[in-house]
Amino acid sequence: MTEFWNWWVIVIVAINILGCWGLLFWTRKMKENEVEDTGTTGHVYDGITEYNNPLPRWWLIMFYITLVFGVGYLILYPGLGNNKGVLGWTQEGQLEEEVAAAKAIYQPLFDKFLKVPVEELANNKQAVEMGKRIFVNTCFGCHGSDARGNPGYPNLTDKDWLYGGNPAQIKQSIVAGRVGVMPGFEAMLSAEQIDELVQYVGQLSGNQVDAAKAEAGSKTFALQCAVCHGANAKGNIALGAPNLTDDIWLHGASSRSIAQTIRGGHNNQMPALGDILGEGRTHLVTTYVYSLSNSK
Amino acid sequence: MSKAKAERIPVKDLYAKAEKIYPRQVHGFFSRLRILTVFLLLGIYYIVPWLTWDDRQAILLDLPARKFHLFGITFWPQDFVYLTLLLVICAVGLFLFTAFAGRLWCGYACPQTVWTQTFIWIEEFVEGNRNARIRLDKKPWGPEKLLKKTAKHTLWILFALFTGYTFVGYFSPIRELWDGILAFSLGPWEWFWIGLYSLATYGNAGRLREQVCLYMCPYARFQSAMFDKDTLIISYDEERGEERGKRKRNADYKADGLGDCIDCKQCVHVCPTGIDIRDGLQYECIACAACIDVCDDVMDQMGYDKGLIKYTTEHSEKGKSTHILRPRTFLYTSLFMGLIATFFFLIATRTPLDVNVIRDRNNLFNETFSGEIQNTYQLKVLNMSQVANDYELKINGYQTSQIDGPTKFTIDAGGVLTLPLRVSIDADELEKRSNDIYFEITTLNDSQDTYIAKGKFLGPKKEK
Repeated sequence: MTEFWNWWVIVIVAINILGCWGLLFWTRKMKENEVEDTGTTGHVYDGITEYNNPLPRWWLIMFYITLVFGVGYLILYPGLGNNKGVLGWTQEGQLEEEVAAAKAIYQPLFDKFLKVPVEELANNKQAVEMGKRIFVNTCFGCHGSDARGNPGYPNLTDKDWLYGGNPAQIKQSIVAGRVGVMPGFEAMLSAEQIDELVQYVGQLSGNQVDAAKAEAGSKTFALQCAVCHGANAKGNIALGAPNLTDDIWLHGASSRSIAQTIRGGHNNQMPALGDILGEGRTHLVTTYVYSLSNSK
Repeated sequence: MSKAKAERIPVKDLYAKAEKIYPRQVHGFFSRLRILTVFLLLGIYYIVPWLTWDDRQAILLDLPARKFHLFGITFWPQDFVYLTLLLVICAVGLFLFTAFAGRLWCGYACPQTVWTQTFIWIEEFVEGNRNARIRLDKKPWGPEKLLKKTAKHTLWILFALFTGYTFVGYFSPIRELWDGILAFSLGPWEWFWIGLYSLATYGNAGRLREQVCLYMCPYARFQSAMFDKDTLIISYDEERGEERGKRKRNADYKADGLGDCIDCKQCVHVCPTGIDIRDGLQYECIACAACIDVCDDVMDQMGYDKGLIKYTTEHSEKGKSTHILRPRTFLYTSLFMGLIATFFFLIATRTPLDVNVIRDRNNLFNETFSGEIQNTYQLKVLNMSQVANDYELKINGYQTSQIDGPTKFTIDAGGVLTLPLRVSIDADELEKRSNDIYFEITTLNDSQDTYIAKGKFLGPKKEK
């Protein structure tokens, strides 16, 4: 607040408090000669006379108490322009207190769970439930509440892992995020070559394809694609290059979708959540994700 | 200057100091009735928190956990409608009793009356009867007055503290609360609430008393809207009583032009709100019937008939007959009974289960290779009962619907289960882009309670 608005608020608040007090003080009595013997105030409106039925004095005192309360509040809490108040209360301070209170409840649980390796913790129902709740809060947007993924976002319940499925690898994906790049080959390959590649990778996953085209595609694959996806097309978890032989398709299973992927490529990003979740929650989400494909 | 001073007009305060009222204690039929209700109601209030049910406090309104245990049922915030209905029933009940019997509530059952009565008993025990109390207050401060006043306030405060403690005991386990008080280990909020309710008890029943009825209570102000000429009121028989006046016991007062009222002012002395019932029906009258009891005694002593002040109606005062059955009482009675029936029906058929369907928002739908449409949901299933239960989930309304996720699950008592699942429905079966879908959850126990939660299932636009 600038100095002007600071004083603007202070002056208005002061006028209000003084005004209330003045109004109460000014109206608390009436001149004796107005009170007639009949006990009326002498006021007549359309033939209706007003009785003088005095309110109890404690009622008036309560009005004064509200004024004292108001002044007390303004001294203790922020409210009078830029004045911070004696208690130093702030919204941020209250938030920090509440976060600290929540931490006091959860941190011992986190500490307990952090000592247990993920493989073992995946059998602990409470830990998995906690991990699930964190997952459906934080991860559902891309991977879906059921973790079965969405087009472009991997299914986390199968055994197919882009960056590896052991606990350390899962945790690394969550903490630091992942960036997966599939370059587009539109400029380098002819439409025919792309079609042949589609037939070839279709064949790798056991689909019915044009065998001659697939054979031609295999040569292009060895030249262009094997660098990342591997000569046997089993993928490479160091790069996040998917396994192309398991009929699991991140960006669509139709030949049209696969052709589109080869032509235009894809940039996929898993955001880094380590700072957002913190160590304890990360451990629990890891446990939950691990349990999805390794339970029992 | 001096001239102006002389002409200064005296002023009158528009706020008056409340006159202290010293109600004399009465003995009679209606007073005994009130003693009965005081003991009954306060007994219920002080004893109920100590009752147990299944190793748990029978009535515990656990605000931090938002669980409200009432004997065998646990209510949740989701059940707020029952509380609303209960309050509506109470309100209509008040209307009903008012229409039949006037301010029955004020005179016998209102907490203000009940606690004030108790505080007056304590006051009378320490300071003596009405006259003794008036004398004591007029006396200058001395050892006796100091002792009596200290004793009275100490007893009041102790009783108020016990009341405050009991009140908090409805919200925080009362036995642990007691241990906490003895060990001085309660949290600041428990001290605060015990203190506040003790202060409220002490202030309302010890200090404010009739001021609450006169200036604070909304019912006292709007009850007149429910009165008619057939409503039971406490009334002085003016025709019989006037001219009021003093007389010798066996004098022929009628020859002197006097009525039955001997103007002893006993009815004024016993009145807890300090009014004179002989002035007619007044909003201050809480219908406690103390004046009836005391006047009947006086009439007895004088050898007159009882009932100079009595429960009556405006109609019967004027010699007309009183109609108990009238449109207003029919309406209130049928409303009251109807609401009570609805309340018990709803409680009896209540399913202790709550299901929230939350559809994943970021993705409209997925298509599978075989032409199925998939939507993903989180079901939040809350077991509101007091025992763990097994549940079964199915989907209503679609031939081809399939659930990819758990359909049988167990939830602990009071537990919430987050159930992520994916539902597939054949594209051919979807009529519109946005379709209703019903998740039916059945409790796998004897009750077979079923809860149906509605959600939306999104699909592609239909090709024409």
